[in-house]
Amino acid sequence: MAIQILMPALSPTMEEGTLAKWLVKEGDTVESGQVLAEIETDKATMEFEAIDDGVVGKLLVSEGSENVAVNTPIAVIFEDGEDSESAVIADAPATVEESQPSKAAPQPAIVAAPISMEDVPEGTTFTSTTVREALRDAMAEEMRSNENVFLMGEEVAEYQGAYKVSQGLLDEFGAKRVIDTPITEHGFAGIAVGAAFGGLNPIVEFMTFNFAMQAMDQIINSAAKTLYMSGGQMGAPMVFRGPNGAASRVGAQHSQCYAAWYAHIPGLKVVMPYSAADAKGLLKSAIRDPNPVIFLENEMLYGRSFDVPDIDDFTVPIGKAKVWREGEDVTLVSFGIGMQYALEAAEKLAEEGISAEVVDLRSIRPIDYDTVIASVKKTNRCVTIEEGFPVASIGNHLSAIIMERAFDYLDAPVINCTGKDVPMPYAANLEKLALITTAEVISAVKTVTYR
Amino acid sequence: MAQKKTKAKANISGDELLKYYREMLLIRRFEEKAGQLYGMGQIGGFCHLYIGQEAVVVGLEAAAKEGDSRLTSYRDHAHMLACGMDPNGVMAELTGRRDGLSKGKGGSMHMFSKEKRFYGGHGIVAAQVPIGAGLALANKYKGEDTVSFTYFGDGAANQGQVYESFNMAALWKLPVIFVVENNQYAMGTSLQRAASTPDFYTRGEAFGITGASVDGMDVLAVKAAGELAVAHCRAGNGPYVLEVKTYRYRGHSMSDPAKYRTREEVQKVKDNQDPIDMIKEMLLQGDHASADDLKGIDKEIKKTVQASADFAIASPEPDINELYTDILV
Repeated sequence: MAIQILMPALSPTMEEGTLAKWLVKEGDTVESGQVLAEIETDKATMEFEAIDDGVVGKLLVSEGSENVAVNTPIAVIFEDGEDSESAVIADAPATVEESQPSKAAPQPAIVAAPISMEDVPEGTTFTSTTVREALRDAMAEEMRSNENVFLMGEEVAEYQGAYKVSQGLLDEFGAKRVIDTPITEHGFAGIAVGAAFGGLNPIVEFMTFNFAMQAMDQIINSAAKTLYMSGGQMGAPMVFRGPNGAASRVGAQHSQCYAAWYAHIPGLKVVMPYSAADAKGLLKSAIRDPNPVIFLENEMLYGRSFDVPDIDDFTVPIGKAKVWREGEDVTLVSFGIGMQYALEAAEKLAEEGISAEVVDLRSIRPIDYDTVIASVKKTNRCVTIEEGFPVASIGNHLSAIIMERAFDYLDAPVINCTGKDVPMPYAANLEKLALITTAEVISAVKTVTYR
Repeated sequence: MAQKKTKAKANISGDELLKYYREMLLIRRFEEKAGQLYGMGQIGGFCHLYIGQEAVVVGLEAAAKEGDSRLTSYRDHAHMLACGMDPNGVMAELTGRRDGLSKGKGGSMHMFSKEKRFYGGHGIVAAQVPIGAGLALANKYKGEDTVSFTYFGDGAANQGQVYESFNMAALWKLPVIFVVENNQYAMGTSLQRAASTPDFYTRGEAFGITGASVDGMDVLAVKAAGELAVAHCRAGNGPYVLEVKTYRYRGHSMSDPAKYRTREEVQKVKDNQDPIDMIKEMLLQGDHASADDLKGIDKEIKKTVQASADFAIASPEPDINELYTDILV
């Protein structure tokens, strides 16, 4: 029977890719191990090999096709003696456009993102940009305007970034300012702190924040506390950035949200954007900030596109929340990837006649309490949503603040929706259970609204 | 690569000897006073004295030039005095007062001076080592020919981040002198009990870093060794490991009963290797100063130190509003 070749998943988070080039044509004999095609993921261009011997019967997806979903049939290989007449082929989509994302992670309903007017002037135009590009643009712009800004980290230069965030920066700024480090987080974080003490503005990329635990002492004891310990004489004007939180199926040591950890530390600023516009505007602010800033990104969001304003030097202030959606019945407070659950829940709740206001904290330290409290005073109910562990979560902290500042306005206890209190499991079904879900958010909202 | 024992005795003038004598004596008298104030309850917390090790920092400062940076661990009072920071400000920080170098918010282990390019005062063993390499990175990035004197002890020399720093400093040819102040004891653990190889100057070999060892009780030898190290770094040859063999007379900190070594061992070093006595001898023998001259110097230094103690005790505690300042810029 003919063998169907499917679009492969070439990274834990890949949902689709570009079929950049076929290296075989119909009628070619191929053997296992032979490179069939070059496939471009959002991270890299990979060679894709045959695992069976046979003859290329049909190429189902043409060269250069973009957004080919994982598991879409892309070619058919005939075994010995078969031909296009005799072969039995499973149905394959005729064109790429018709293909459906199959094993992709749950896609949030895309909610129109009202960019708040404090951020951009009226009449601003927008360009759809991925979070990944937005981060790169932010770094490039700041590096152009300040000679003392440089990027260091694992694979940031020649490899173009483990998640392609620093793509092109080495070409533009050279090896002096885009520095590949050995895999020694403790050491290079300390070196960056020293460089910041010495008058430079380092951006440290951690391949993921899981690895920043190796560097925790330098981040907290050296970067965050020196300004205070020196009586204001010197501090560390720098950014620690990289993906944070769960990716997909990468297990317990690579799936953890550090928002609450860093939020605990005086002397740090902590930022966790959701949209590309906020990623860009906040990263530019973070690089300019004279304090150490922890900039928590999310691998699942890197490839997602959002409107980014076409403004020269667009910045978003650190410490200011954004109301994504106004509502009357309940306040949903979230940040980072938690926003996708909050927004999706709000959309579904609207269909049931429950009007949810959605607040994106954007900054975890300092937190814009005023925006949260004002919203809670209006809706009288609050559900917080985050991917991190439940104990000593950001939601716990907000609950306490809401109790202190808006106790009399509450019509129900605040509910914290969080990741589950377990190390992240590997199995797909267990991982799904460990993460927060939109259904849980909806259920929490129904509890606080007594529906 | 690693070279054993630098022992260069330069021709030296009486004035220079007197300068080192004064500088070392200032450190010793200052530390004695700090110990006394600690006993009186004027200084709290941890307080690590440098007595016995004076020749290390004085010798290396003699090899430094304007613009070089330096940083060290929590045993830091001497490094500040040696690079010219104000004894009053240091002592007032020890007493936790508003005129302290960190406004009373840092304490014994955490003081800094942008002006003197003294970057702390670090309380976590070996944390200053990558930071020192980072200062060298900044120096090189800005095209300066300055070097970073990165001091750490024999205890810190076993920490992993030291070797991460060695690797990157060598890889990127950073102008950093890794100064191992080997005073033989990591708190209460002798180096024989903690270090698989006791020759710290060879620890950079695996990274291709030149190393040398020097008698840290001899200020002139330290200076000469420091000059070689500095020349190596300034010439763009990358980092250098300088092991300085020294000895601390006092406990690890004020609360250390020092049961891990004998009184006799300490006394023997004091009698035979004291860095200040050694220079004193040279001054007298070379007829550069009389016993009375030296007594006069001691008196003068004691006066300076007493003034710093008076200042530190008279200075008020920090304003309570300082609790919430300097957290963010």
